[in-house]
Amino acid sequence: MTASRYSVGDAVQVRDDWPEFRGPAHIRTPHYLRGKPGRIARVLGSFANPEDLAFARPAPKRVLYHVLFERPPLWAEGEPGDDILVEIFEHWLEPAPTERKAA
Amino acid sequence: MSAPARPESIAKLEKLVASLVARGVVSEADLAEAQARTDRASPEIGAHMVARAWLDPEWRRMMLANGTEAAERMGVSMAGAPPLGVLEDKPGLHHLVVCTLCSCYPRAVLGYPPSWYKSFEYRSRAVRDPRGVLVEWGTALAPGTQVRVVDSTADYRWMVLPMRPAGTKGWSEDQLAALVTRDVLVGVALPQVPVALAAE
Repeated sequence: MTASRYSVGDAVQVRDDWPEFRGPAHIRTPHYLRGKPGRIARVLGSFANPEDLAFARPAPKRVLYHVLFERPPLWAEGEPGDDILVEIFEHWLEPAPTERKAA
Repeated sequence: MSAPARPESIAKLEKLVASLVARGVVSEADLAEAQARTDRASPEIGAHMVARAWLDPEWRRMMLANGTEAAERMGVSMAGAPPLGVLEDKPGLHHLVVCTLCSCYPRAVLGYPPSWYKSFEYRSRAVRDPRGVLVEWGTALAPGTQVRVVDSTADYRWMVLPMRPAGTKGWSEDQLAALVTRDVLVGVALPQVPVALAAE
């Protein structure tokens, strides 16, 4: 398996990335997650990069994670503790900006 | 998506198949075998995996660690199929599966997805308002249960391992499996014990 950049528990965020920014691309992150913070829940393995598969290019394997997102701020609906678990490839994630600690 | 195929689409498909067969990419036998495999798959496979997990802790551990292996041991050929992941419901945690991007579904162990699973309504509402969807399904979670929506968007396919309902002490694998419907395996419903059958 390809070495993974993130470990379980790491704070990440989904890249706010769109074809409109960089030309034709197949980005399989749900729109409601782009730019949103989450945490690595599990390293799922390595799979062919869908961005390449979509254009019939040679598709190197990329690490796939299960990432956990807390329901607020994604959606107002739900109860405290509810969350959403989503498969996201490593290159569609970035480290979360350092959290500013309350003084 | 549920509209009947148009004649021109069927003609196009037949042309494509003829072309693939002529080039030796697939044979008619390959296609028939793939079709038969898809037709054999049904939620009964997933239901028996769950019932076995309720009865056998060793099987449960193996299935949670490697759903693909569990499916293989049920006699399902997983070669070429996406890996299977199993989501374990626990006291205080309920899983609900949706694919917001398309309609990813663990066909190998659940068969064809129902049309509602592929509908825009389910795909948009399950992720935004899962509790509202569960209420409409008539599914009442124990108070204080956390809802975890699993948006199945990539290379895995996911099924839910629900909690064994009360009143099923001493039941056989077949009896237990009968409680595990397709909807239970997606997480929109919970296993229900018919009142007349409930043991203490």
